[in-house]
Amino acid sequence: MEHPESGAGPTPAPSHDEPPGMRRRNLLGYAASAPLISAAAGLGGLAAPSSARAAILPMTPPDTTDLIDIGDAVTVTALPTMPLVKVNKLANGRVRLELPRFESGQGIATAAAMMLADKLGLPLNAIEVGSADASPELLYNQLTGGSSSVRSLHAGMPLIGGLATGSANAVVGQRVTRLDALDIVTGRKKFTLDQAVPDAKPTMVCRPPTINGKFVRINNTTAVMGMPGVLGIAPIPATNGIVPTPPGVAVMAETFGQAWAAVNALDVTWTAGAVAGESNASIQQKLKSALLPFLLPPLGALTVEGEFEFAAVSHCPMETECAIADVRADRAEIWSGLQSPIVTQQAVAADLGLPLDKVKVHAVPSGGSFGRRLFWDATLQAVQISKALGRPCRLMYHRTDDMRHGRVRPPMFHRARATMLLGQVISFEQRIAGVRLDTRHGFGEMLGAAAIALPNGFPQTVGNFAIEQVMFKTMVTSPYNFGVTTKLLTPVAMDINTCSYRSVHIQPSRLVEEILVDEMARTLRKDPVAFRLEYLRLPRARAVLKAVAEAAQWGKAMPPGFAQGVGVHQESKSFTACIVEIDARVPADIKVTRATIAIDVGTPINPSGIEAQMQGGLCESISIVLTAGLHIQNGLPLEGSYSQYHFARMKNYPKDVKVIIMPPSSGEPIGGLGEVGLSASSGAIANAYARATGKKPRSFPLNFPVDFTPIPPGKLPTPVTVPVPA
Amino acid sequence: MPVQSFKVNGGHVDVEAPDDMALLWVLRDKLGITGPKYGCGINVCKACTCHVDGKAVTACSTRVIDVRGRQVTTIEGLANGNTLHPVQQAWMNLDVPQCGFCQPGQIMAAVDLLRRTRNPTDADIDAIENVCRCGTYGRVREAIKAAAAMMG
Repeated sequence: MEHPESGAGPTPAPSHDEPPGMRRRNLLGYAASAPLISAAAGLGGLAAPSSARAAILPMTPPDTTDLIDIGDAVTVTALPTMPLVKVNKLANGRVRLELPRFESGQGIATAAAMMLADKLGLPLNAIEVGSADASPELLYNQLTGGSSSVRSLHAGMPLIGGLATGSANAVVGQRVTRLDALDIVTGRKKFTLDQAVPDAKPTMVCRPPTINGKFVRINNTTAVMGMPGVLGIAPIPATNGIVPTPPGVAVMAETFGQAWAAVNALDVTWTAGAVAGESNASIQQKLKSALLPFLLPPLGALTVEGEFEFAAVSHCPMETECAIADVRADRAEIWSGLQSPIVTQQAVAADLGLPLDKVKVHAVPSGGSFGRRLFWDATLQAVQISKALGRPCRLMYHRTDDMRHGRVRPPMFHRARATMLLGQVISFEQRIAGVRLDTRHGFGEMLGAAAIALPNGFPQTVGNFAIEQVMFKTMVTSPYNFGVTTKLLTPVAMDINTCSYRSVHIQPSRLVEEILVDEMARTLRKDPVAFRLEYLRLPRARAVLKAVAEAAQWGKAMPPGFAQGVGVHQESKSFTACIVEIDARVPADIKVTRATIAIDVGTPINPSGIEAQMQGGLCESISIVLTAGLHIQNGLPLEGSYSQYHFARMKNYPKDVKVIIMPPSSGEPIGGLGEVGLSASSGAIANAYARATGKKPRSFPLNFPVDFTPIPPGKLPTPVTVPVPA
Repeated sequence: MPVQSFKVNGGHVDVEAPDDMALLWVLRDKLGITGPKYGCGINVCKACTCHVDGKAVTACSTRVIDVRGRQVTTIEGLANGNTLHPVQQAWMNLDVPQCGFCQPGQIMAAVDLLRRTRNPTDADIDAIENVCRCGTYGRVREAIKAAAAMMG
């Protein structure tokens, strides 16, 4: 049975009606951490030392990520080719690193420069960092994902750039500004479409009215060819390499505005896509029916359980998918934002029937990625368009296509149950069904990707299934010891274009667990922070939680309609906790008003970058927990712009955000960062929502009306004209 | 095709373009000025924010005929030679950008706000609608306040 919600009202202070054993531990807690606590009254119950915790059952089975996680796997497989990473001496003592990882805002180029500066005993401004072209000799050492970049480069640094000549940590640990900040603020930073490639003409694509509809014919080619600026029209040939080339009809023009107008003038006949009959509700129903059963029966014990729906979400990086391709008879050159440049090069060479060394691929740092650029869809299209039209192609997805016909984080359905006996949690089971995650990028090189993709053209293959399970097992973990703990994923085959997403399986899985942790605590009449301290497995997790509880004044009185909420998380060998305050007085406009976040990455490289990633994670959590999701309806997302897909704006981001970076944990390995910032903040927001409104958070995003007029399927929006101020 | 004459970043340009072509495509595709970014094309994300006679416009939703004879400033024209505008300097000092794609628009919007309001309130800053997918909003807010202090 579930304990009823406490209803709207102020956040309760830590309970004073706990069992005697609890109070005893509180006292011990005070004693053990007196210097910390003396500054913050009212934190009773938060500092239970591990020696006084309840005797809890061992975690069964042991957690995979404690033994090996995805960052370990990338580090180990990247290590053998680290000596091949290029570091070149430039004039006047400067050196240039060709970074075999993809910078899309995470700050990894700056972190890499800091580590190299220390190794070579140089000041940071003597280091330049470029983005390495696709370098197949690097094998598994040119894939960006899994929050593994800085971890693997840190491990590989002894092998990069020759012998060490510097003393340790002169730059590492200092707060520095991004290497590309000056170029950014002056407009000099060149993204893909800013590259000066002569004669690469603006190109946009007409898309089917449903996802993956197939091209049949164009009914008005001549009329559209006669429109101003139009240079060429070409149906994009279907190819069947590692991943298929997305369907569409390309229009090349003198300007993107003219290409856009021509796309909207095209009359194209399409077949319906394979999921043309599917909508959010039918997708969720299919997922729910695919869930595996729990291992344990309810045992007649106290249980807390719930079912949770997650709508698809869009990566929606500010820079839409785009690529420049210059395809000639005997060679090709590509510019695009690419997390997997080697397999991109190999796939393009195979599609064009060219030797690998005749395909040059430039990985251009991008305007965001969040996992989306693990695939090279825009490159595949640009290559086919350049080949068909016989000239270089500068391809840009319209925002509407980027949201509707790009890739999404898979829709998911979760069922989870905690079982409690004699006041203790003895089991936590979680069953997850998601539209299968496309993992055909493999580990970034052709051999693995080709094996995963076999047989070509089928997104749900044995290889894909295996890689998704490996990703799940090596990324999703629990920071708690809840006895018998099982988390099982069932991928469901549906022809929706999916892709990894920042914390793809982790954020939903951990969000569900954090919500149920609050519900367990309520059932057992324990304070949510005290309860977590009792069940957290590792001291570093308890330390970040204590840090935020103190800094955020956990348990302070809150006015009606406001509440605090808490979440804790471990991922990629990093630990984080978050407490938010929420203003839920207006249900349709819930605001996160304050956030306190603690992050322990083992070895901090650049505090400014660490804070930035946690701030970005908070912003993303605010968005995807509260307001941002895709309504798939009749085989197409309704959302087609930021006015419809409600990602947070300035007014939605709290004015009071504090990030506490824990001091270096001696002897601990460096942890990941890029994805780590989502789960604790997501849990904190959902739990604050529950406490403020009395409603159980079960369907995400929580506030999800269709509050707009959708752009017609198969069309782009009509351009807008705004008068110029006098 | 009509010739459109106006100033960009202090220099005079004559460019052949239809009257109703969006300023963004004239800047990016015809003049090679790539600081203003495409993010939506329909005046939603504001990544293309520029100034016309010092006031913010979204270039994606501004017809080129409407800037004839006027002074267009893009992010490239904001600094005075090598001396950054105080807003750019504040952005550097606070390490605001992540991916950087929306930042030219954020900076141009901030400069416009500070032209209208020397000491913007949080509510004034909340009215900025430029999307930042990386989530730099907190630092943007701080940088606007720091720039306001610098500009006295």
